[in-house]
Amino acid sequence: MTYQLTHLDALESEAIHIIREVVAEFERPALLFSGGKDSAVLLHLASKACWPQSIPFPVVHVDTGHNFPEVLDFRDRRAEGLGVRLVVGSVQQAIDAGEVVEDPTPGASRNRLQTHSLLKTIEQHRYDAVFGGGRRDEEKARAKERVFSYRDEFSQWDPRNQRPELWNLYNGRHRAGEHFRVFPLSNWTELDIWQYIEREELELPSIYFAHSREVFRRDGMLLAIGPYSTPRDGIAEEEPFVATVRYRTVGDMTCTAAVESVAATTADVIAETAVARISERGATRADDRFSEAAMEDRKREGYF
Amino acid sequence: MELLRLATAGSVDDGKSTLIGRLLYDSKQIFEDQLDAVERTSFARGDDYVDLALLTDGLRAEREQGITIDVAYRYFATPRRKFIMADTPGHIQHTRNMVTGCSTADLVVVLVDARNGITEQTRRHAFVASLLRIPHLVVCVNKMDLVGYDQRRFEEIRAEFQEFATRLEIADLTFIPISALQGDNVVDRSAEMPWYGGSSLLHHLEEVHIASDRNLIDLRFPVQRVIRPRSNDDHRDFRGYAGQVAGGILEVGDEVLVLPSGFTTTVEAIETADGPLQEAFPPMSVVVRLADELDISRGDMICRARNQPTIGQDLSAMVCWMSDATLSVGSKLALKHTTRWVRALVRDLHYRLDVNTLRRDRSVAGLGLNDIGRIDLRTTAPLFYDDYRRDRTTGSFILVDEVTNATVGAGMILRPAP
Repeated sequence: MTYQLTHLDALESEAIHIIREVVAEFERPALLFSGGKDSAVLLHLASKACWPQSIPFPVVHVDTGHNFPEVLDFRDRRAEGLGVRLVVGSVQQAIDAGEVVEDPTPGASRNRLQTHSLLKTIEQHRYDAVFGGGRRDEEKARAKERVFSYRDEFSQWDPRNQRPELWNLYNGRHRAGEHFRVFPLSNWTELDIWQYIEREELELPSIYFAHSREVFRRDGMLLAIGPYSTPRDGIAEEEPFVATVRYRTVGDMTCTAAVESVAATTADVIAETAVARISERGATRADDRFSEAAMEDRKREGYF
Repeated sequence: MELLRLATAGSVDDGKSTLIGRLLYDSKQIFEDQLDAVERTSFARGDDYVDLALLTDGLRAEREQGITIDVAYRYFATPRRKFIMADTPGHIQHTRNMVTGCSTADLVVVLVDARNGITEQTRRHAFVASLLRIPHLVVCVNKMDLVGYDQRRFEEIRAEFQEFATRLEIADLTFIPISALQGDNVVDRSAEMPWYGGSSLLHHLEEVHIASDRNLIDLRFPVQRVIRPRSNDDHRDFRGYAGQVAGGILEVGDEVLVLPSGFTTTVEAIETADGPLQEAFPPMSVVVRLADELDISRGDMICRARNQPTIGQDLSAMVCWMSDATLSVGSKLALKHTTRWVRALVRDLHYRLDVNTLRRDRSVAGLGLNDIGRIDLRTTAPLFYDDYRRDRTTGSFILVDEVTNATVGAGMILRPAP
């Protein structure tokens, strides 16, 4: 016996510790569950952290109305299987009620509009801690974020005024109306996530694996043809074609791109991830390409 | 694969960003689109080289000002180990950031410019690493190419550092001559320095023995949550205590003592969602079931009757102060230690330590931002603690401002106070 944990065991133990701290110290936690791979891992860890109890807090999904049907189906089955309550914040409803205004450009993303519905859901249910599946390796602004990330009464993140985070001593103290975003997967990488999915034999939405799909190219990325994203007429680059693709991230259909891949199993995806030369967000997220600080700006406003 | 947490200390001038960039790039952890973005920003800013610091400087203000404001975490892996690297800025908020980055580190890399030798900043970094009891310190003497790969220069710096280090407590000290820019001794051994018989930095990081760093002797299990399902039929009679092992090895059948009640009982089972275990060790998160029904709540501690932590309300500690408001005798603060929150009163301030000279200034009336000093505290309820040297988990605490709720101090317990 060497009394040494593998990296996956160490990361799992750290995440469980974080989740238990929240359950012990907060009154109204919730977990953001999009049906994506990171939130699937997060939900699995939450069920381990709470075991043998069932998860005592609801899962929240902010539905842009532009989600992949395979992902919504997975979301509903997973929530039902674990017996957790699913709370859906609808961007479409917010648009219909005139609370937010949609960008009229064809193919415009509703990504930024999610912030409104997320904050409204948090306020309505008075959640004081909201778990997210964000990882520090995803994006530069995330690399600077704390595990327990404080949000003021306007749900703003102030990157220059974060609480120091030492040892495993998390400080979740807050006033009424303020809340925390908590990121138990902070120290995980994309490869760790996939290795863990393989080890735990976790189910994922089918679009994470290679399948045939009609796509078109925009700004060098492969976007699926669907009700919310169509090629623009007269632009040669956007000529549709059928390709074998998979998704590395799953978000709003209008801004989440596929990658060409024949990886049909988790093991194939791990092999591909280990040698990938383009980051997960760089390859697949149009929303982060607008500027160097796109994520930082959205996060300041209260985004995930 | 094992996990190694490291912290890097030094400033841009020491070539720290170049070193990190090389470690990440040579271990293929930088993606092409990230490198493209860095090249574009460097070019737009008018740099005549690709500034790899931009890879870690994630905030707008950092990129605009060309400085690192906050601790950034970077991840890389080799077939042997996964590395979590806390990159701590050298100048801005130096002590606060370095203490934060070092608090979870197994190893710290301190960079020295071969041309300048040991500076005030080098001494400060080494001192903080020693204060935080990081078991392994690696001094990288960088820019060896600029001193002609001269062995004598390397030996001079090593001798000077070793002399200073005798005043610190560093368990394992290693010196590596490198050139981050040229790649000498970073990933591969350098052909330019045949006189150096040691490992490259990456090889050292892969091989350094960390398994013995944890305390596997003194059993400490702070109770994080009491688990008593009510509705779930399968586990109706279940009563367990969730937590992360902070020290020692917990085994089924062990006689244990629970603090503060002082009752003894036996470990009936160690459980996880994946099934029962025979034993658990740090930093495993488990659920412990005990043979007797005792009154146990969050913040209590499971240990052994013949090996208990110190129990008390008066303790003496080194504290790193992280707030603009001054810490002085009479200050009242919230304190979190393991899973226990209490209130604390500062009863005495012994001295402020000059982190550059290690001199103790006993005349100070308070500690300011980034100051390190020794204080005595009285807490509203007893803590179950160890000397930080013995257990970094049960020997550490944070101080929190009761009005702003901000984390304002990091404490390392020395001993009970009179």
